[in-house]
Amino acid sequence: MTTQQAPAPSDAAQAARPGPRHHGRRVLMKGNEAMAEAAIRAGCDAYFGYPITPQAELLEWMARRMPEEGRPFVQAESELGAINMALGAAATGARVLVSSSSPGISLMAEAMSYMAASEVPVVLINVMRGGPGLGSIGPSQSDYFQATKGHGHGDYRVPVLAPASIGEAMALTADAFELAERYRTPVMILTDGILGQAMEPVELTFREPPRVDAPWAVTGAAGRPPRVVRSLHIKPEDLEVHNAHLQAKFAAIADREVRHDGEQLDDADLVIVAYGTAARVARTAIAQAREAGLRAGLFRPITLWPFPSDALRDLAGRVRGMLVVELSAGQMVEDVRLAVEGRVPVAFTGRTGGIVPAPREVVAALRDLETTTAEQPREAAR
Amino acid sequence: MSVTIPEGARVVFGRPELLVDRTSSYCPGCGHGVVHRLIAEVLGDLGLGPRTIAVAPVGCAVFAYDYLGLDFVEAPHGRAPAVATGIRRVRPDAFVLTYQGDGDLAAIGTGEIVHAAARGELLTAVFVNNGIYGMTGGQMAPTTLLGQRSTSSPRGRDAAFHGYPIPMTEMLAVLPGVAYAARGSVADPASIGRTKQYLRRACEVQLEGRGFAIVEVISNCPVGWGMSPLESIERLKEVVALEYRPGVIVDRTREPGASGAPGGATPADGIATLVAER
Repeated sequence: MTTQQAPAPSDAAQAARPGPRHHGRRVLMKGNEAMAEAAIRAGCDAYFGYPITPQAELLEWMARRMPEEGRPFVQAESELGAINMALGAAATGARVLVSSSSPGISLMAEAMSYMAASEVPVVLINVMRGGPGLGSIGPSQSDYFQATKGHGHGDYRVPVLAPASIGEAMALTADAFELAERYRTPVMILTDGILGQAMEPVELTFREPPRVDAPWAVTGAAGRPPRVVRSLHIKPEDLEVHNAHLQAKFAAIADREVRHDGEQLDDADLVIVAYGTAARVARTAIAQAREAGLRAGLFRPITLWPFPSDALRDLAGRVRGMLVVELSAGQMVEDVRLAVEGRVPVAFTGRTGGIVPAPREVVAALRDLETTTAEQPREAAR
Repeated sequence: MSVTIPEGARVVFGRPELLVDRTSSYCPGCGHGVVHRLIAEVLGDLGLGPRTIAVAPVGCAVFAYDYLGLDFVEAPHGRAPAVATGIRRVRPDAFVLTYQGDGDLAAIGTGEIVHAAARGELLTAVFVNNGIYGMTGGQMAPTTLLGQRSTSSPRGRDAAFHGYPIPMTEMLAVLPGVAYAARGSVADPASIGRTKQYLRRACEVQLEGRGFAIVEVISNCPVGWGMSPLESIERLKEVVALEYRPGVIVDRTREPGASGAPGGATPADGIATLVAER
């Protein structure tokens, strides 16, 4: 066996090293590395991971940087191991990050249910790749259902944040810790292989959210009654009470934490609804469509749960049609249709397998939508 | 609850402070209560109660947190060693204890226990082996003996059909990260006394930063075995203890170079030691 030298960090990696002189500096960084560094600067106390493409750079960044900061890094035996290490560390009140990609997230599903139930705040980054199964290592958004409606068993919800740029991914990493601790819940950052592995210029601005008291955390029962972080409520009546508490919390999150963004919506007849990398493609497509005379705009959910249903419903009254663009066979489109309640036609276009739709494909879908909705006056849709 | 002690008398037997005074959910004759008591005694003797973070399994012993006055995290089935690893890494001052049964540790959680041991995590693992899935109604476990009947091996465990039982602690003992591994029993007062010594040593090993420590305790499950408590104790002595022999299985704390956290022996040292042993 030959001994291999660890690869030298890139210039961007060097530039992103801690130090006040770098704060605010613009550098070229991979999304995976930028999110990792943002987590460290957000006060992440511990990281647990397992190698999987296309998130491996995140694990590698943490492998180098966490020991530099004197903080724990463990490469676990599996994603099961990683997420359960996170559960244990976070149960003591630590700020904890875990990352993986689609097949690995499936393995973490079990612990997501346990953490939601026992109210353990952990931030989990999913750098999505093509599925189902082992799928491909290309970028994808086919884990939308899993992220927003699934992972594990039982009645629970988890906030899901979807950045559309590396800079936004960095900001949302800090926000995710804050949300997780405020509501005592796992929080997922849902991104994809493009945002994870592509480089773009980012401003090195970081934020460390203030710490909140954790009067529930296990720290050793010195001078106080013992605490238990648990999800078992063996009496159905007790579990129903616990579920009512969780549902009230989810309702509060849904009420307060919805985020979305819009571009060129003021005069839009047709609206593309897209998140993450699909929103980047949509932006280019909208520019091309506008050159061709179509009045198109972009509605971009930033929280996928809670979903910005109210804002979409309002928008539905002002436009002729909506086109949902995803790197999937059509998942978020179901939530858009639920939100607009039939007020406008909702079309879909997407690619699967790890393929990013080209802007011209999206423009073509916009033209189809323009044709099918041309006969309907805008008012008819109300 | 306070008791007035008459003048001139002294207490020779009492409830350990860390053992909560409440009715147990365990079946009559079950060995878990004995193991709980031993843990309460040892942690009490070592003064570790206030700094202990324990991890409960899935199975009958999930309720350990109802009977031991300690901070607890309830792990998903089999994941206690991973949960404990997370606790250990962020809480270097804590004393970290895991409690698992044989289904939890030796079947669904095989990966987690092997790798926590391989990393030499500074954990004290208590492994209660009663050879059966008790909570779900007495199905075959990875440690169920050949010929033993269970609700999922109704004609007895047959190697050709069900495969062989796993000597889990012996398997773990070959790993250089394991500083101490022993097997105790709840069969009689003498073996209970020895089990307490093993548990105490397994706690000290963690405090000394030596590496991973595990104590398997062979135990009885009268209901799961379809026996009276007395019959089950007889079987534990006459049958089980011959297959899973009590005693110290490995003690690397007496070897030079076995130190350092969180890995105990460094991998290089450990592998060298193991090679030298062969």
